[in-house]
Amino acid sequence: MTAQEVEVDPVGAGQPDPVISVRDVWKVFGPKASEVPKSPELCALSRRELMDRTGCTAAVRDVGFDVAPGEVFVVMGLSGSGKSTLVRCLTRLVEPTSGQVLFEGEDILAADEKRLRDLRRNKFSMVFQHFGLLPHRRVLDNISYGLEIRGVGKAERAKRAMEVVDLVGLSGYEKSYPDQLSGGMQQRVGLARALAGDPDVLLFDEPFSALDPLIRRDMQNEVVRLHREVGKTMLFITHDLSEALKLGDRILIMRDGKVVQVGTGDELVGAPVDDYVRDFVRDVPRANVLTLKWIMRDPRPDDVLDGPELGPDVVVRDATRAVLAAAAPVKVVRDGELLGIVGDEEILAVVAGQEADA
Amino acid sequence: MAAVAVSGVDFRRPSRGVVVALILALWLALWAVLKGLHTLALGPAQLTPLHQGLNDLNDAIGASRNTNPLFLYFFNEIRLVIDEFVILVQSLIAQPAFGRPLPLIGWLGVVALAAFVSYAAGGFRVALLAAAGFTFLGLQGLWQESMDTLALTLSAVLIALLFGIPIGIWAGLSDRFAKIITPVLDFMQTMPTFVYLAPLTLFFLIGPASATIATLIYAAPPAIRLTAHGIRNVPGDTVEASESLGATRAQTLGKVLLPTAKRTIILGVNQTMMAALSMVTIAALIDAPGLGKTVIKALQTLDVGTAFNAGLAIVVLAIVLDRVTTAAGTRVERARQNRNPLAAKVRTGGLIGGGALTAVAIWLSYTYVWAAEFPSDGEIGGSIAKGVATATDWVQGNLSGITNGVKDFATLVLVDPLQSVLTGSPWWLVAAAVVAISVVLGGVRAAIGSAVCLGLLVATGLWQDAMATLASTLVATAAVMVLGVVVGVWMGRSSHADRFIRPVLDAAQTMPAFVYLVPFLALFAASRFTAIVAAVVFAAPVAIKIVADGVRAVSPTTVEAATASGSSAWQTITKVQLPMARQALVLATNQGLIYVLSMVVVGGLVGAGALGYDVVAGFSQGQLYGKGLAAGLAIVVLGVLLDRLTRAAAARTGRA
Amino acid sequence: MVRNGKTGVRGAGVVLACALALAGCGGAKVGDTGSAQSGSTGDCGTFTIAINPWVGYEANAAVLAEVAEKELGCKVTKKDLKEEVAWQGFGTGEVDAVVENWGHDDLKKKYIEEQKTAVSAGSTGVEGQIGWYVPPWLAEKYPDITDWNNLNKYADLFKTSESGDKGQLLDGDPSFVTNDEALVKNLNLNFKVVYGGSETALIQAFKQAEEKKTPLIGYFYSPQWLLSQVKLVKVKLPPYAAGCDAVAEAIACDYPDYDLDKIVSKKFADANGPAFQLVKNFTWTNEDQNLVAKYIAEDKMSADAAAKKWVGDNADKVKAWLPGGAK
Ligand SMILES: Nc1ncnc2c1ncn2[C@@H]1O[C@H](COP(=O)(O)OP(=O)(O)OP(=O)(O)O)[C@@H](O)[C@H]1O
Ligand SMILES: [Mg+2]
Repeated sequence: MTAQEVEVDPVGAGQPDPVISVRDVWKVFGPKASEVPKSPELCALSRRELMDRTGCTAAVRDVGFDVAPGEVFVVMGLSGSGKSTLVRCLTRLVEPTSGQVLFEGEDILAADEKRLRDLRRNKFSMVFQHFGLLPHRRVLDNISYGLEIRGVGKAERAKRAMEVVDLVGLSGYEKSYPDQLSGGMQQRVGLARALAGDPDVLLFDEPFSALDPLIRRDMQNEVVRLHREVGKTMLFITHDLSEALKLGDRILIMRDGKVVQVGTGDELVGAPVDDYVRDFVRDVPRANVLTLKWIMRDPRPDDVLDGPELGPDVVVRDATRAVLAAAAPVKVVRDGELLGIVGDEEILAVVAGQEADA
Repeated sequence: MAAVAVSGVDFRRPSRGVVVALILALWLALWAVLKGLHTLALGPAQLTPLHQGLNDLNDAIGASRNTNPLFLYFFNEIRLVIDEFVILVQSLIAQPAFGRPLPLIGWLGVVALAAFVSYAAGGFRVALLAAAGFTFLGLQGLWQESMDTLALTLSAVLIALLFGIPIGIWAGLSDRFAKIITPVLDFMQTMPTFVYLAPLTLFFLIGPASATIATLIYAAPPAIRLTAHGIRNVPGDTVEASESLGATRAQTLGKVLLPTAKRTIILGVNQTMMAALSMVTIAALIDAPGLGKTVIKALQTLDVGTAFNAGLAIVVLAIVLDRVTTAAGTRVERARQNRNPLAAKVRTGGLIGGGALTAVAIWLSYTYVWAAEFPSDGEIGGSIAKGVATATDWVQGNLSGITNGVKDFATLVLVDPLQSVLTGSPWWLVAAAVVAISVVLGGVRAAIGSAVCLGLLVATGLWQDAMATLASTLVATAAVMVLGVVVGVWMGRSSHADRFIRPVLDAAQTMPAFVYLVPFLALFAASRFTAIVAAVVFAAPVAIKIVADGVRAVSPTTVEAATASGSSAWQTITKVQLPMARQALVLATNQGLIYVLSMVVVGGLVGAGALGYDVVAGFSQGQLYGKGLAAGLAIVVLGVLLDRLTRAAAARTGRA
Repeated sequence: MVRNGKTGVRGAGVVLACALALAGCGGAKVGDTGSAQSGSTGDCGTFTIAINPWVGYEANAAVLAEVAEKELGCKVTKKDLKEEVAWQGFGTGEVDAVVENWGHDDLKKKYIEEQKTAVSAGSTGVEGQIGWYVPPWLAEKYPDITDWNNLNKYADLFKTSESGDKGQLLDGDPSFVTNDEALVKNLNLNFKVVYGGSETALIQAFKQAEEKKTPLIGYFYSPQWLLSQVKLVKVKLPPYAAGCDAVAEAIACDYPDYDLDKIVSKKFADANGPAFQLVKNFTWTNEDQNLVAKYIAEDKMSADAAAKKWVGDNADKVKAWLPGGAK
């Protein structure tokens, strides 16, 4: 379980330009909030100390990350860690105290009110934890609300709304009022509303936390499907690791407003940077997340190197049968180069560890 | 769980209670020694320089009204606009106009219109109620008076809403503005109307404008408060969702905030209507037309029957307006639940058919005398008046022995001791004790607030009257709360009881106090106790309703859990329902207090003396005007003091 | 939806037809009759009388209004107003006349002397008396109670919850100035003044006291309609002498008799139209007023009907009020 070297820098040189990039964003609530990010002394304090000293809450502290086009980027953390505040900073539903938010290279924090409204109308959409539906409007009118405020004509609105209704599986409920729907259905409305404007980026703030587990799973699958079908960039907030692992291409872990670690699921599980993250990932079914590259070892002199070959990104669970069936350890190979080998022991350590934990 | 929470509170409360008890004990001890010293007494005809100054100010304003540009261009314009508007409404339904001997729309048209509007806003049942109610007004022989009252009330309410709703929206959106406006609203609601009635006629002359504005001042605050409350309570998520989609502020306001807050806003409209109706009798003192005049005239000759008949008409109007607005508030929800397509069809048909019928009725009532002038000559009204007169005579003749005993006992045991401590202590002793109690209950901030209020009371020059009024107010509020809890719990636990008691409460709240003053005077003579009873009659309904709603709102699961664990009904009430309805109890106390204070002036009319009498006398005698105004201010200050104190105490114990 | 609309329209049509049929058997049309009443003769124009809230006042006003309308062809408007508000109305031109004024030196000073918006229009002929009264049964039972010198002897009788261990002197029609606190103090009476706070409270108290034979002493005045029902007995106070009420705190004498008068707006007086002439000439007696007040308060006639009846019965008196030129 020893950590191998982990690339922390998310966006390498060869990757496409990020859709969103966030730099040094701070959000401090309270009196004289703007002083805090400027003062190195105050910056150094913990959240608690800052509260006691100045009466300010630093909800987001010096956060930076990039989101690539088409990526599903997940932000995770315990309650109160600043996730909601962070995601609201992106479209300035909450005004960041300092820092930079770039959308396709444009500084959102510099946008005037009109431009900001444009961005919100055309580029971003958000799905909320408690749905935020309008109780006095029918489903269809809720969904077309975003189009309505853009000034889209009635007929076109209805047409577009009906398309999205189908897309999220709400057919037959167009005429209902929100309070006549179950929680899952209501969130589908929220989702449809966000999709109706055909935005470039979808922001989700714990959209499924209020739903029961079965429905939550349905909805997660729904998001996976949508992502496949419409391929939008998504920024997804959750405090549920399995959800993060299921949906996220990359995951950012926050604690007390700060970034603790950014990486893919297997990176977090395989190489947690500290105990906080380790605690977080403890209950994960490791075999489902870890890939061979995390458990392979260098060949020892006595190893027989004639086993089958597998790639380094094969998930342990999928490799288990092959490894156990093979007489010799499996060779982990990328582009013909031998990276390491995985034997029964390594596989069993993961699988057994998981059983022991469960 | 509940048990733990309750015992937690019990554990903390005594310590604070003990301190307060100690302060009170010390106060009593000092009072025994210092009795009669520094009590700041002021004779009924005596004036302080402040009173004199207020008199002079009033005179100066009056004298300058023909030269002051503010009058010439500002107040006069306002008056013209309002006058025109009210007169227009009156000429529609109440007063002869456009060269006709009758208003444009006669009774048939008004009844049809009322029913139709009620149908459109509420539904079939309220439409029936409205038609029956309005017809009843005619049968009482009070058609024209009722229409005058209705015209004035509706005009005042419309204007109140025109300003109140935007102000309320602003207060809902901006915390800072809410902070500024709240004390203004408190002021508007507790400042006795008598104080500004005469000056109003200076500013806006005698006529519809003054009556409308007097009504407006008292009636607008609920609309403002409830609008702000409604806007504030729109879930943050919903607003954020709208913003995140790029809505402008106006769009969010128009498409999200207002529709979502609609029910609360309608409740505000409802409360404003009720408040406006309760001003009808007082506005009659400056020539406001309508039922109020009938009441006042009847009282001059102690004609309780006629006064009651007119009062009943006010109650009927109030109930119709109340039920229609309430139904309008809930219609949306009901329409939603009812997904039956047939119902929608029936409704559309009903609207079209009803509209046509109404149009015909209006046309008939425009054209033909039988539909324009209410036919019967108030036979029902006559019998009501006679019946009530007989009943009051009987009550006065047979019960006053018992009731006088009750009065003497209550006065001796409750009012007198309290009043002699409050009025007999040196003013600084009372002030010190109140500030000390404020510290214990509400902390330093509350104490500072109390100190300022007490200082203002001293400054009004009416310290002793204020203390006498305070004594009666406290007794009345205590009685209101006893009734509030007993009847409120009963209503909260039994929807059966609720259904029967609620209309009685509505009637008690809207029947003008002037109507029952005469029988009360007969039963209890002119005394402080009479004033207390009148205040309780007026204030208890509010407290009862709030407590009932609070008790009903306690989660049924919790009550079930308590029952399941074997609690008796008494235990369920005292250990679960009342503690959990704490917020409602606090609110009930608060509102009870405000309502009691708003009856102080009426109390002055039936022997309570003190501030109430000062205000009444100030309204009636020119040289006492300044004193009356100071007394009005003292009532406001008392209100603020008690209100803040109860709130602070509640917040503290709430957190403990 | 469309279908609904059609049903609705059809329904409306049926309703309309029915209604028209009904209207066919119609009846009198609005405006056919009446409306001839405003054929104002004379050059009187409009005449606005304030109505102060007591029955005696209303009697004066109703009679004046009746005469002004019928004899002079004025268009009379009555405005229900408290005294001070009515006097304010002189300045704003909204009130022409107050037709029964009880003293009110404060208002006279303010509006007649200072603001110069009002002028006196002479006596109404009615004499007002303010004083302390007891119900008849009490005066009968204790004949000497009607002398202030004996009041202390009876103080115990008048004890109430409001007066504690002293006798209660019920006071407090808020519209009138009272000297009672000073009187009680300066006459060394063992009484406490309790403020009833309204005329209603006073009337009810006296009425009840006579009906139930309970003791009561209080501030009251005549003329007042109640006196025709309950013959209250006035208590003798030290007699009034000019100037004995100069210093408010030192007053120890009875109230003066009031010559109830009429006050009119300066403008109204200066125009000197027939209505003003009428007001100026108007005088009658306490008995006349009491009679009209009785019609209103006891016989429950409307003020207009009461006035009409009295005017019909007293044509000669009315004639004397009319301006020289009127018919
Ligand atoms: N408007 C505000 N004013 C003051 N403090 C705030 C405000 N909004 C959030 N905070 C504080 O900022 C911190 C982060 O809150 P935030 O809502 O972003 O957390 P979260 O990670 O979304 O938590 P949860 O999982 O409970 O939604 C919290 O300590 C919260 O109290
Ligand atoms: Mg959150």
